Amino acid sequence: MITVVYFAWLRERIGTGREQIETQAETVSQLVAELSAIDSYHAAAFADLRAVRVAVDQVLTDFDAKLVAAKEVAFFPPMTGG
Amino acid sequence: MISVQSAPFDLGDIANRFAAAQTGAGAIVTFSGVVRGDGGLIGLEIEHYPAMTLPAIEDMVSAARARFGLLDAWVIHRYGRLGVGEVIMMVAASASHRKDAFAGAEFLMDYLKSRAPFWKKEHRADGTAWVAAKDSDEVSLTRWD
Repeated sequence: MITVVYFAWLRERIGTGREQIETQAETVSQLVAELSAIDSYHAAAFADLRAVRVAVDQVLTDFDAKLVAAKEVAFFPPMTGG
Repeated sequence: MISVQSAPFDLGDIANRFAAAQTGAGAIVTFSGVVRGDGGLIGLEIEHYPAMTLPAIEDMVSAARARFGLLDAWVIHRYGRLGVGEVIMMVAASASHRKDAFAGAEFLMDYLKSRAPFWKKEHRADGTAWVAAKDSDEVSLTRWD
């Protein structure tokens, strides 16, 4: 079981900010493929991965990252702080 | 001191407290970002990733202190609804000399802009829109590589 969290337009497009996912995905990419298959909202959110950033257990990483023992995966657009 | 908060803060008060907390610094730089009232903007809504925001900023502050020999650095960043003219965030950096204080503050600003998990949504009379990250912000980061 992994917690997946979404922010900004990904949260709006998917319709929730947090969900628990039962998954055997070994990488972020595999998890994205599983999430995209849930429904058309998830598919739309992940349609263009160039517009999506990912953090595993609150650390920025990339889509090739392994999910070994990961508890929380976050997806969001490029950040606009400051 | 790092604070991520929805409440407004007093720029002058923070600047004075920062200055009072320094011993041995020869230079203090403060920067503050303000909601810019252009193109009919009513205000901003700032979202963040609470579990990640503080650790991400702590890493930036540690990196800035090590790289520029900063004696101290404070970051305050707000989230939630902010009106035009409101202060969004501030950075204060102290060093022995001016150049390091300026560079440290700029380094922190570049990283806060593109690597701290905040997202801004603009509110206008005709609707809302998420602010897109600028390519130029990523380019700004590369100068610290």
